Order: sequence, then C-alpha cells, then structure tokens
Amino acid sequence: MQPSHEKPRKRELDPERNHHCESRRGGTVDLGLPRRLVELTLDDRTVSAPEGSTILDACTALGIEVPTLCWGDTLRPRNACRMCMVEVEGSRTLVPACSRRITDGMVVRTDSERTRHSRKLVLELLGSSADLSTTPEVAGWMAEYGADPGRFGPPAPGEDRDERPPGEHEAPDGSVAATVHQPAKVDNDLYVRDYGKCILCYKCVDACGEQWQNSFAIAVAGRGFDARISTEFAAPLPESACVYCGNCIEVCPTGALSFKTEFDMRAEGTWDESRQQRTTTVCTYCGVGCNVTLHTQDNEIVRVTSPHDSSVGHGNLCIKGRFGWQHVQNREPRP
Amino acid sequence: MDLHLLNDTPTDVERAAVDALLGPPGGNGSGPGHGRDQLLPALHAVNDRVGWISRGALNHICDRLSIPPAEAYGVASFYALFALRPRPPRVVHVCDDLACRARGSAQLCAALESVEASGDVMWLRSPCLGVCERAPAALAFQAGDPARTQLLAPASEKSIVDMVVSGPADGDQEPSARDSVPQAGEASLRLLRRIGAVDPESLDDYRAHGGYLALRRALEIGPAEVVRQVSEAKLTGRGGAAFPTGRKWEATAGQPAQPHYLVCNADESEPGTFKDRVVMEGDPFAVIEAMTIAGFATGCSRGYLYIRGEYPRAVRRLRNAIEQARERGLLGRSILGREEFDFDVEIRRGAGAYICGEETAIFNSIEGYRGEPRSKPPFPVEQGLFGKPTVVNNVETLINVPLILTGGGAEYARTGTADSTGTRLFCLSGNVRRPGVYEVPFGTTLRQLLDLAGGVEQDRQLRAVLLGGAAGGFVGPDQIDLPLSLEAVREAGTTLGSGVVLVFDDTADLPALLLRIAAFFRDESCGQCVPCRVGTVRQEEALQRLVRNRGDGADDLALLREVGRAMRDSSICGLGQTAWNAVESAVDRLGAFTARSPGTGGPAHVDD
Repeated sequence: MQPSHEKPRKRELDPERNHHCESRRGGTVDLGLPRRLVELTLDDRTVSAPEGSTILDACTALGIEVPTLCWGDTLRPRNACRMCMVEVEGSRTLVPACSRRITDGMVVRTDSERTRHSRKLVLELLGSSADLSTTPEVAGWMAEYGADPGRFGPPAPGEDRDERPPGEHEAPDGSVAATVHQPAKVDNDLYVRDYGKCILCYKCVDACGEQWQNSFAIAVAGRGFDARISTEFAAPLPESACVYCGNCIEVCPTGALSFKTEFDMRAEGTWDESRQQRTTTVCTYCGVGCNVTLHTQDNEIVRVTSPHDSSVGHGNLCIKGRFGWQHVQNREPRP
Repeated sequence: MDLHLLNDTPTDVERAAVDALLGPPGGNGSGPGHGRDQLLPALHAVNDRVGWISRGALNHICDRLSIPPAEAYGVASFYALFALRPRPPRVVHVCDDLACRARGSAQLCAALESVEASGDVMWLRSPCLGVCERAPAALAFQAGDPARTQLLAPASEKSIVDMVVSGPADGDQEPSARDSVPQAGEASLRLLRRIGAVDPESLDDYRAHGGYLALRRALEIGPAEVVRQVSEAKLTGRGGAAFPTGRKWEATAGQPAQPHYLVCNADESEPGTFKDRVVMEGDPFAVIEAMTIAGFATGCSRGYLYIRGEYPRAVRRLRNAIEQARERGLLGRSILGREEFDFDVEIRRGAGAYICGEETAIFNSIEGYRGEPRSKPPFPVEQGLFGKPTVVNNVETLINVPLILTGGGAEYARTGTADSTGTRLFCLSGNVRRPGVYEVPFGTTLRQLLDLAGGVEQDRQLRAVLLGGAAGGFVGPDQIDLPLSLEAVREAGTTLGSGVVLVFDDTADLPALLLRIAAFFRDESCGQCVPCRVGTVRQEEALQRLVRNRGDGADDLALLREVGRAMRDSSICGLGQTAWNAVESAVDRLGAFTARSPGTGGPAHVDD
C-alpha cells in the first residue's frame, strides 16, 4: 500500500503551548520555559518526561509506537477515534494516550492484551463502516492487530446521509453492516469531499474553526452513527463560508478530503505516488512566506501540502498557495 | 466575528419568536441574553412557535447571536425535538420504550396507524417519556403562541386518537403527583413526605410544611459546616455514579477560579426513570431550596436547572417556584437578608437527547454546543460549565440536603447501611400491580420493594427485573433477595443506577426488549467516539441476527462480547461504557439466546 497521505509526524508541536516553536530550518528556536521532569513507568521501563507531556509524547520520545488517527500534530487532541488507548494502572477504563497528561508514578501499558483488543475492535468498527483504502498505515495496523472488518457482515450499499434526523433509525435486519458509504460531493473545481471515507475525527472542523482558519464553514451535524461533517443545511461548498484554504485537506487522515486533481486521477487510475516528487519552496503570492510542498507527477503539480513544522504557517495555507498553481503549468504557447 | 450567513430571511413570526427571547435587535450584541449560550433557548423559541426551524429562522438566530450557521445547524440537528424540515405544528410522541411496551404501547401505535394522515399533525415513536408509572404514555406538542403540550398517560386507543385529531387540551389535565407515590401519607417518607400534602404552586404552603428551614440553618452554620454535614451524612450521588457529594462540594468550594457554577441535572432520560419528575412536579420548591443551599455551600452565585424537554408540567411548576422565591427574596441578591449571598436559578430545557444527562455533555448543551461529553480530566469541579469550577448534582441528590441540615449529618447516616446512607427513590414500573415512586432505606431487598408494589399480577411469574435502567442490568428471580445498597449490588455485579426497577413477568418478550435497548443506545449515542458510535450499531445488528435466528448464534454472541468489551473499555463516557450492560446481563443471567423455550426468551416477534 502506498503512503498516499504521509504527513510529518513530529509530535512536539502543540499549538496551545508553543506557538513560535521549533523551526528546524534555522532562525530562532524557542525551547519554552524549563519544565520539571515527571517520572513514570512505561511498559515496565522507568522513564522521565517533561511535565505537561502527554502519554503519547512520552511514548514517541522513547520510540514506542502508539497508533493514532484523530490526533493531529497541529491540533488539540480530540480523543475521538480511540485508537491510541493505553492501560493506566488505577483507571477503570483505558485512557487516550493522545490527551492524557503524564503524572508522577503513573504506570502505563501500551501493548497489553486489553489495549490490543480495543485497537483491533476500533479498526474493525471503522473498517466495516468507512472506506479506509486511502488511509495510510491502516492496512499494516489491521495485520498487526488481527483485525477483520468483514466479520460484521457484507457492507451496506451507499446512500445519501445528509438529512438523517437524530434519535431515530430504521431497524436493521442484521444481513448487512451499516456503512457511511455515500456518493462523493463534487461541488467545486478545487477539492472533493468523499465522506464515505470519513471517520469523523473532527480535524477538518477544528482546522476550519477556531484552531486555525476561523471560517467555520463546516461542523459536525446529526447524531450517533448518522453524525456527519456538514455545512449548514448541507449546502454546497460554494454557498457556504468556505474560503478554500484547503487546511481541512491538509489534516484529513483518511483521504476523505482531497484535491480534485487527486480525486480525478484516482478515478482514472493514473494517481501513482511512487512516481511523485515533492519540492518544498516558498509561496510567491505575498510577503508572508508560507512554505509550500509541491507534489508533482510527470512534471505536473498534482497536490500542494505545507510542512507542519514550518514556523510561518504550521501546515496552513490560503487559497492561493493551496490551489493557485494552474498558471505554472499553463503550457499554451504564447501567440 | 465576520460571519457568512445564508441568503434566507425569517418570516415575521420567526423573527418575533427569536426577538421575544433575546429582546429587540440593535444592542451591541454582547450583553446578557446575547451569548452563544442562548442558542438552545432560541432554537426552542422558534420550534415552539412554528413547529420547525427553517433556514431563515436559523439564519436570524445566527445573526442575533453571532454564531456561524454551520455550527448552529450542527447543534440544532443534534436534538430529536427539533425539526429542520417542514413539520406539522402538532406532533404526538408515543413512547414505545420498555415500560410502555409492557403496558400496551404497541396497540396505541396500531390505532394511530389507522388514522388518516393530515398536514397539520404527525406522530412519532419516542424513547422513554419518563411517566412509566402511568404507562403507556404519549406527549403532544402544539406549536403556537403560546405553544401547548399535553401528556396523556395512561393513554388508551381512543384517547390518543382523540388527542391526535383535536390537539393538546388547554390547562393541566394530568392527575396529581400524589397518584405517582403509592406510599403517600405514610410516616416513613422523608424525601417524598410533602408530595400530595403540599400545594406545589404555593411558597406559603411549602413553608408551612417545613420549607426553607434548612436554608436558614445553612446560613446560620456557614458554607464549610454545610459541606461537613453533607460529608458526615455520607450522601452519594443519585444520578447513577454514586460519587460522594461531600467530596464533590468540598473540591468545588476550594477552587480559586471564579465564578463557580451549580448545575442541577434534571435531564432524567434513563428509560424507566421518573422519580425526579415526580419530585419536581410534587415538591418543586424543595428542589429550588436545595439548589440554593448547594450554591451557598460551594460558592456559586448562579445555578442552572437543566431539565429534559419532555417534562412540560415540571417546567411550569419550577418556573413558578423560581418566580415566587425571587419575589420573596429567597433567590436573587442578598438572600434572606444575607448581604454577601447572591444566588439565582435559570431553567434550561433539553430538547430530546439522553446524552445531555451526562455531567459534561450538559455543559456543552447549556453553552450552546452539541451535547457531546468532554474528555476527563479536567473534571467539572476544576473546569466545568463555561470552563469554571462546577458542581453537578442530580435532583434526588439535592433534595437530601435539606434533610441532612435539619436533622444533622450523623443522624442522617443512621438510615440505610454503613456505606449507603439514607433512603433511595426507586421507580417501579412494568408488570407490577402498583407502579410508582417508592422511598425505602438503602439495604431494603428487591423482594421487599416488589412486595410494596404489589408484585406481579396474579397467575403471572416474575421473569426479570431491569435494575438501574438501560445502562443497568437485568437480574433474575433467583436474585430477588438482593439488598438494594451500593455495596451489595456492586458485589452482585450490577448497579442501582438511577433507581429503575422495571419488572417483567413471564409474558415479557425478552429478545424484543433487548432489541429496544440496543436501538435506544444507537439512537442516543452522540457519535463522537468510534467504539460507541459504531459499536452500538454493530450490537443492534448482531442482536437482530440472533433474534431472527440468522447466521451462527455462537459467533454473534462472541462478537457481542468483543464489541461490548471495547465499548466498555474505550468509550469516552458512560453511555458507551454501559451500552452493553443490559444485553450482557440478559445473556449471562437470564440465558437469553441460549435456552430457546417459552418464558426463557424464545424468538421474538419482530416488526420490520
């Protein structure tokens, strides 16, 4: 499987704590205030980590892999996917490593039978309800945890899910497993919302809202299994508050949100990441100096991302940097 | 905020409904009544007036409150009582939950199927309406100015068809709250002693029955001593989690951040629970007095009473109680002349979402966000409502406090068992002869409680008791001598939850009940976390296969256990963590799906 949405996985970046942090490309490096070290036991090892770290931070520092889906390196933890659950001694339930802060004497197990069971089930529940074919790493996790999404029965066919009222549903008969499969929303030339791939991680909503863009074009609507990402009254994007910054695409972990170019090329069968090149440069539109990474295939730009560790934009761009590159490859000869 | 609004304008009626709540437009938009927390009241205002919320109406609300339309839509579409598509002004909700099923709700629905559809009225099946003692129940809403509501319980085929045709009647048609308390008048009652004896509309009568003595006592002894008495009484929360109230109060009182908030959780939505409704309808001033004492003890100047939207009479009586208390200086500034003590109560109506009874979901709902539970820590005592230290107490928990203060904490702790002090309200419903709210000391056995309620009908056998509600568990006839104390039920692997004792005799269709419980959790999951959002769906699907004898039953039971375990271990909140409890107990204790013979859970009659 191709890592189609590989993102920088640098975990120190916490927009709440450290707005000016860690540019690895030179310039100032703000290390923040010195922090006390907290001692804890992590998978039978006694370790220490700075106060305020999450269990996930501590794991990452030690090279312990804890799978995550809804966690974002530029966003506050949402605790929604429950992939990163670990065992903490004294806790009745498992706890999310992505948000739980370490405390003195904490005893954590990341790879017990209990955590493996929970991760396996989360993978199966997601895999049986959403299309994870473009979610990086998930196939490896499925194998590692022995997940078999097919055991809930054949997937139910897709249908429109935009107006399902809360608190009621048609009783199933058990012959198929309910899914979020639905037709992709193609209502503009720039990007596509293929919510059949959505795992409701809330990252696009947070990136669109107060954590980055402050456009508030999308929110979670509905309830329970019928919850979905939606504009007001499921209006098409051009009628919504969307400003096409594409920062939602940047944080989407499953490929539910993708460039129209990528969506079309995948449909044609021409999308091939092994043949793509990435070139990080500086956007030329204005003086802010956002970093852009141009993804090119056959010498054509097919997608634009932005490095999350850039101290200028933290992975965010505006419509020009994200989508305004058609002129670069306009090869019409001059008259 | 630079808002991108819709291009839709409200009708004059919609505009007037919103502006009646928020005051005329033109202010600076930041004064009281103009915050995000007015979103839920504003949605109610439109839904009450018109019967549904149009694009223009939502747009106007967003404009008045500076809320992005996508977010307001996300909130409005979270609640089952709101409609975002044209809906008739008259909507009748027919309860088809567990207790009403045991009392013939299916016949009501069948009778309604035969009524010809009309553009002015519609009916829907509803989760538990919280009037199980008078099952089967139906609740009618009629949009208008003012909106009208009528609760019909018990409903008959004729009365429900009449109500659908002619609409909710004017005035209070319901029987007295006393009828819901079969022990009314008995000297042993403490929490329920005033119900039926006191005029629930009269502050004077409440005082004549000992009301507001406890608040005076509280002001005499001071906040710290109130908390000490509550701790000494070993009072525990009655909403389900049984957390020590004194410890919660102490932790909140000591928080340096200001202000502190009090939330009275009256969002009683656990199927089979109706005790708080009976208390609020029969003794509303007691709830307000208890909130005032709690506010005094924990340093709150503001309390929110969050009550489920399906309790119109309780809302009316509480509103009246609050108004009268304000008039007499028992709420507001300088209560009882004590200069430094200001406290007031605001009622917030829920809008059809079980999850909003979760102690952090209730904050999001009040604040105008989707009623999704928050991740803990931080705990409410540190960061609760509006990010401030907050005490959340259930109605029943609070009304114990005046008793503790008037009699003393040590005296209070003499009732009940060593670890479960005081009395407990139990909601008896289903196949018992005298359903209602019963008050007994902790430690009373299930058998004694069932005897009080007259047991099952003659010639019927007890099949099972659902203890603690849908989030609780079934116990079989072999456990009838279980003492109802926190420690005994914990040892028995079950829970008292919100005090539900839902009784089923041998006519009960156990698999159909399990399907109803599974459907309930699927409907009421907020959808935030994967284990609960998808797990409740897979649980219902697997149960359907089991009930329909489709596929390999052993596989599906194993699958249920695996999904159940993940929900219990990894869901964010109590809803997902308990969504498998009742089904698990039915499988393990009642032998559902193992012995397929009559009376032990044979194949159900399933409506497609």
